[in-house]
Amino acid sequence: MLRSLTPGVLGVLVRRGADFAAAEDAVQDALVEALRVWPDDPPREPRAWLVTVAWRRFLDTARADAARRRREDLVDEEPAPGPVPEADDTLRLYFLCAHPSLTPSSAVALTLRAVGGLTTRQIARAYLVPEPTMAQRISRAKRTVTGVRFDRPGDVTTVLRVLYLVFNEGYSGDVDLAAEAIRLARQLATVVDHPEVAGLLALMLLHHARRASRTGPDGDLVPLADQDRRRWDTGLIAEGVEILQTALSRDRLGEFQAQAAVAALHADAPTAAETDWVQIVEWYDELVRLTDSPVVRLNRAVAVGEADGPRAGLAALAALDDTLPRHTAAAAYLHERDGDWSTAARLYAEAARRATNLAERDHLTRQAARLNTR
Amino acid sequence: MAKYLLLKHYRGGPAPVTDMPQFDRWTPEEFSAHVRYMKDFAARLESSGEFVDSQALSPEGTFVRYDGEGRPPVTDGPFAETKDLIAGWMVIDVDSHERALELAAELSAAPGQGGAPIREWLELRPFMTDPPTVTE
Repeated sequence: MLRSLTPGVLGVLVRRGADFAAAEDAVQDALVEALRVWPDDPPREPRAWLVTVAWRRFLDTARADAARRRREDLVDEEPAPGPVPEADDTLRLYFLCAHPSLTPSSAVALTLRAVGGLTTRQIARAYLVPEPTMAQRISRAKRTVTGVRFDRPGDVTTVLRVLYLVFNEGYSGDVDLAAEAIRLARQLATVVDHPEVAGLLALMLLHHARRASRTGPDGDLVPLADQDRRRWDTGLIAEGVEILQTALSRDRLGEFQAQAAVAALHADAPTAAETDWVQIVEWYDELVRLTDSPVVRLNRAVAVGEADGPRAGLAALAALDDTLPRHTAAAAYLHERDGDWSTAARLYAEAARRATNLAERDHLTRQAARLNTR
Repeated sequence: MAKYLLLKHYRGGPAPVTDMPQFDRWTPEEFSAHVRYMKDFAARLESSGEFVDSQALSPEGTFVRYDGEGRPPVTDGPFAETKDLIAGWMVIDVDSHERALELAAELSAAPGQGGAPIREWLELRPFMTDPPTVTE
């Protein structure tokens, strides 16, 4: 696949001294050229071909710029050919595109373009913004990271956060961002050995495995407990579980591994009733310890409600800020399980008013309607 | 072609013909049928080449204004009792005003309790256009 070669090629150009923005443009040009030429004349070494064409394109542009500005400070010394440490180049590019100086939305856009090799138009469509808006976002991001030097190793968790954001965006446009995030995480896992990279990859695979069952025929949300488990992708689940087990055996727990462990326990239950909620609560305890995140505490309260009964869940929930996203929906669910249908219906309706997306709003409205009309 | 905004209000506009829908009092099936009708409507407009955009808004918003150099923005609201509250919109691009009226009426016929059309008022607003190239 052509796009999988992008980060390595771009990495080579940057390492040879091309500034990032110009190198990125040159690689996009080379990709376009490849699409034109390769069908009739496939190269023996696709990656080397792309490096050659992109480097030439970069030099042409640099020379033209230099001539125009009557400056001759950019010389066209072709570096000596030699073994290219591809993994390092690719990894450096991931770090660059997730650099802490970038805002999350810029890091996401730049990663999809420079590492993922998507076009600006595809990225714009995926995020439902006009193409010129996305073009500006990307070129501002490129300017921000141009000149960043890698004199110390980057922090892989910044890269993981960017990939997690891409994955969570789902597939609203014509690019499947979830699948793209998985591809990028797989590629990252081949160039860096880190249990949290494996943890994130496992988490993505385990969630992706349930995708077909998450929506009904009309696009309605189907909650985990009601999903048709026969539609879960057992191949993806097996792969995710294996990657997770290998990561966990290294005894360097992180939040993505812990989240993946929760997902694996759900995937492992033949029916919703057979879910091992006690173990899930234990993993949430680990997550609270690792992240101290209120959202994690909220999820933990729901799990406690399943493990120890709805009253215990409501007690755990009562300790949390009730303006947290989904707090009201969780309370509604636990009250319903406790048999208090009128409170549950009122809370479902209130949660629907507070919902931030239509699918959730409609789902919560339907829950309220179900209890009010039973 | 001319663009029109179809505005859907939670509140406001002429006196409603049917009661303001309380979706959580309907059966889940009635609510699903209502949602499906609107999705199908949008899908039909897409296939006829008349659909531009559709968005839903949260019921609660905030009023904001500038309050002078170096000062934080002033906010007010949300107001639970505001007379007019916009729920969302659809933008269509159609050949005539008549077509826009026809489509608005069709959307307003979304089914409610017992499957009867809810007949809600929708506000139809033409977009201002660019000046034409040929003016004489």
